[in-house]
Amino acid sequence: MPRQSKTTSDAREAAPQTGKIRRLHLPQKLRNLELFLLILACGINLGAVVLVQLGALGQIDTTLVLLGASLSGLVFAMHIVLRFVAREADPFILPIATLLNGIGIAMIYRIDIANEEAGWASAAVRQTVWSGLAIALAIAVLLIIRNHRVLFRYTYVAGFVGVSLLLLPLVPGLGREVSGARVWIGFGSFATFQPGEIAKIALAVFFAGYLVRNRDSLSMVGKKFLGMRFPRLRDLGPILVVWALSMSVIIFQRDLGTALLYFGLFLVMLYLATGRLSWVLLGMGLFLGGALIASQTLEYVNGRFTNWLDALNPAVYDAAGGSYQLVQGLFGLAKGGLIGTGLGQGRPELTPVPQSDYIIASLGEELGLAGVFAILALYLLLVARGFRIGFAGQDDFGKLLGVGLSFVIALQCFIVIGGVTRVIPLTGLTTPFLAAGGSSLVANWIIVALLLRLSDTVRNQPRLVV
Amino acid sequence: MNRELKRVSIVVMLMFAALLGSTSVVQVFQADNLAADDRNTRTLLDSYSVERGAILAGGEPIAQSMPVDDNYKFQRTYSNGLLYAPITGFIPVNGAPTGLEQALNGELSGTSNAQFFDQVSSLVTGQDPKGASVETSIDPVAQQAAWDALGDNTGSVVVTEPKTGRVLAMVSKPSYDPNTLAVHDSAAVNDTYDALVNAPGNPLINRAINSLNPPGSVFKLVVVAAALESGQYTPESTFPNPATWTLPNSSSVVINSGGGTCGSGDTVTIATALKLSCNIPMAELGLALGDDAIRAMAEKFGFNSEFTIPLSVTASEYPEDPDDAQTALSAFGQTSVRATPLQMALVSATIANGGIEMQPNLVDEILAPDLSPLQTFEPVAADRVLSAETAATMTQMMVNGVQDGAASNARIDGVDVAGKTGTAENGADDPYTLWFTGFAPAADPQYAITVLIEDGGGLGQTGYGNLLAAPIAKQVLEAVLNK
Repeated sequence: MPRQSKTTSDAREAAPQTGKIRRLHLPQKLRNLELFLLILACGINLGAVVLVQLGALGQIDTTLVLLGASLSGLVFAMHIVLRFVAREADPFILPIATLLNGIGIAMIYRIDIANEEAGWASAAVRQTVWSGLAIALAIAVLLIIRNHRVLFRYTYVAGFVGVSLLLLPLVPGLGREVSGARVWIGFGSFATFQPGEIAKIALAVFFAGYLVRNRDSLSMVGKKFLGMRFPRLRDLGPILVVWALSMSVIIFQRDLGTALLYFGLFLVMLYLATGRLSWVLLGMGLFLGGALIASQTLEYVNGRFTNWLDALNPAVYDAAGGSYQLVQGLFGLAKGGLIGTGLGQGRPELTPVPQSDYIIASLGEELGLAGVFAILALYLLLVARGFRIGFAGQDDFGKLLGVGLSFVIALQCFIVIGGVTRVIPLTGLTTPFLAAGGSSLVANWIIVALLLRLSDTVRNQPRLVV
Repeated sequence: MNRELKRVSIVVMLMFAALLGSTSVVQVFQADNLAADDRNTRTLLDSYSVERGAILAGGEPIAQSMPVDDNYKFQRTYSNGLLYAPITGFIPVNGAPTGLEQALNGELSGTSNAQFFDQVSSLVTGQDPKGASVETSIDPVAQQAAWDALGDNTGSVVVTEPKTGRVLAMVSKPSYDPNTLAVHDSAAVNDTYDALVNAPGNPLINRAINSLNPPGSVFKLVVVAAALESGQYTPESTFPNPATWTLPNSSSVVINSGGGTCGSGDTVTIATALKLSCNIPMAELGLALGDDAIRAMAEKFGFNSEFTIPLSVTASEYPEDPDDAQTALSAFGQTSVRATPLQMALVSATIANGGIEMQPNLVDEILAPDLSPLQTFEPVAADRVLSAETAATMTQMMVNGVQDGAASNARIDGVDVAGKTGTAENGADDPYTLWFTGFAPAADPQYAITVLIEDGGGLGQTGYGNLLAAPIAKQVLEAVLNK
């Protein structure tokens, strides 16, 4: 067990001798650290909102400050819940999520000011309310799921739920198409929701459970070829199903990013479970082949590739659905330079949808490369904390689930930020915690709750074997 | 599983490394290229949203940036825009600036090299950069007097200070209101601009420095100066005095204005010819001097070259290779001789300044936002064009012209005004171009003035310089001398 904190092992050693009552009085060092970091994060968030107001309005408006303060209250409530139900949970996850969420709200608010949106039309107000809802749900998850292995029992239910959620937008009357992608559902005029965001959690649970159950047949048997053991034809079933699902998302929902996200998640979890690189190569071959065919046959996929490779070409720039938005985002990032214009002082509103897909460009413009690096470092730290569960965990299901959920965050960052900065073709995905969007917030906060639960289990029950 | 986990961790690290790399490339290495892209509206908006420095005349702002609540952050406002439009120009949100807004854009927007340290310090302190202010040499009294005197004529009045080259007034009519071109609505700017381009009289042209007209008789000053400087002629040198004169190798006939001979007698002196503004003796003199001598003198005054004040001044023209007939015609400012009002003002100012031409200049000082001078423009002598004697002789001849010659309408009681009128033909049936150029007081010249009236001043071919242009000069000189 690498670098297990000394405190917790001391606590465990002390526990059998002094009994349970004694343990309640032990100082919760992890939680105290978390509290300190949370205060820091909330302070930064408050500062960001105030700076936005000073930069863009030239005065302080207390409405959003109060709204933000109530959100901070909710986060502290979650912290208190953790003190009771997951006292050994990782102390970095909650502050990082809080900080990213808060910076996102500040930037969305800044764009609201530029677009002169207020009240319920203000994306920042909605984002704050969604954040509240998401954190409340995360607390509920922490309270309901006291042991992550419960989820193992619901492997196939999770799989069914995940696929259903993914396909929900295709149901006539329920699905909504937003900027070309049919990944939304709505009820009448009721707020729209992206069920695919929640699906990624369900699918991660399903993949973890399924792979733990079937890893032997997937990894042990098969023919060796080019020094690698390739699976039997009949074991190809699951990967083909997931591949077909991803392809149908590309074709029917026209959402390259979501397909890439799910397939990438599946491949990584498959690799972790089986240790077979052949699976990864096979899967990547399948996906790239499918994407290549899609890029030739589907106009929107082809356009994404052209925009990516030839963004600054005037013809591509001026074309309908061309690289205008991408290039505007690049202009914004370039304007930010090394240290940025300062919050409220740039012009992120010149880029289309600066508060969702392009929020990283907006942040890059006002916080500069320094700010972008800090945000990327926060993500990396968050992902690393999740991976710790994988390294330190004792049960394979927990390990797979923890790594899977963290990897989803990493991959999503890569897909959307990489798209904005032209590492890969741009595909529509939300930047976790930062971008405006309720479904994404709810999903990511549930992931936070699950990671907290997993990390607590890892520290509390190190010797249990599934 | 931990072996695989390590590998996946490496993949995640690589993914983030790629993002760190890509953001660095965009935000640092490509940043300058992206900022320079002409589709980058941020760069454009930034150039408008710095607090641009003011343009001042007599210490009062004639162009300044007022804070407003929109994308551009500042609204450029021109006070008394019609009056000062030829000086300030305008800065539109969707195109290139003109006038001083263009000529000193770097200073006004705070991006000139002289302001480099201000830029760095504003980067560190987080304060918005500010542009420098420009104090012009324009005298609001002279400018207003020139504007009033020119009335509804299409034309220009330029007043300079002969001893320093400072431009005190620069009026061009018809004018336009630069405020209408500085609004933050591109469509409205385009409409206004198109309307102005097609408007009669082409208001967007700064006639003082950018319109070329045949100078007519005011060019005789250059020819007489060339004659005196050659050493072969004095004001008393004589030429035959016929009533008509046939151009060499041509059947075309030159007559004096008003017909008849130039005064009485068989011969006429240069002094008389200049005083009465006769064409035939000038044609004879021009032919005798030759085009090379005239061109050399014209170029010493500044013809055939562009210069900046710092506004760009169109080059006045003396033809490169005229034949004898054209040389004769050029001697009284016809054929393809062309001059800007500022160029003619320079001729007068040089004579006024004892033959030394001072570089014309519209700007006194450039002031940093803290009012410390960034750049001060001292008077610069361009060249000695004429000997002091020639200048004195010319002055006396010009004084005679006003006192009892062809420029009599510029006469001011109690002040010796030196001057020369011009009435230039354009096409056979086109209205005349009317001129006056001169200075006062003759003994100690304070003001050099040139008046240009295009389009015959509304009188077609019946108006003449002394009738329309000389009274305007008189009115302006009275205003500035009595202030």
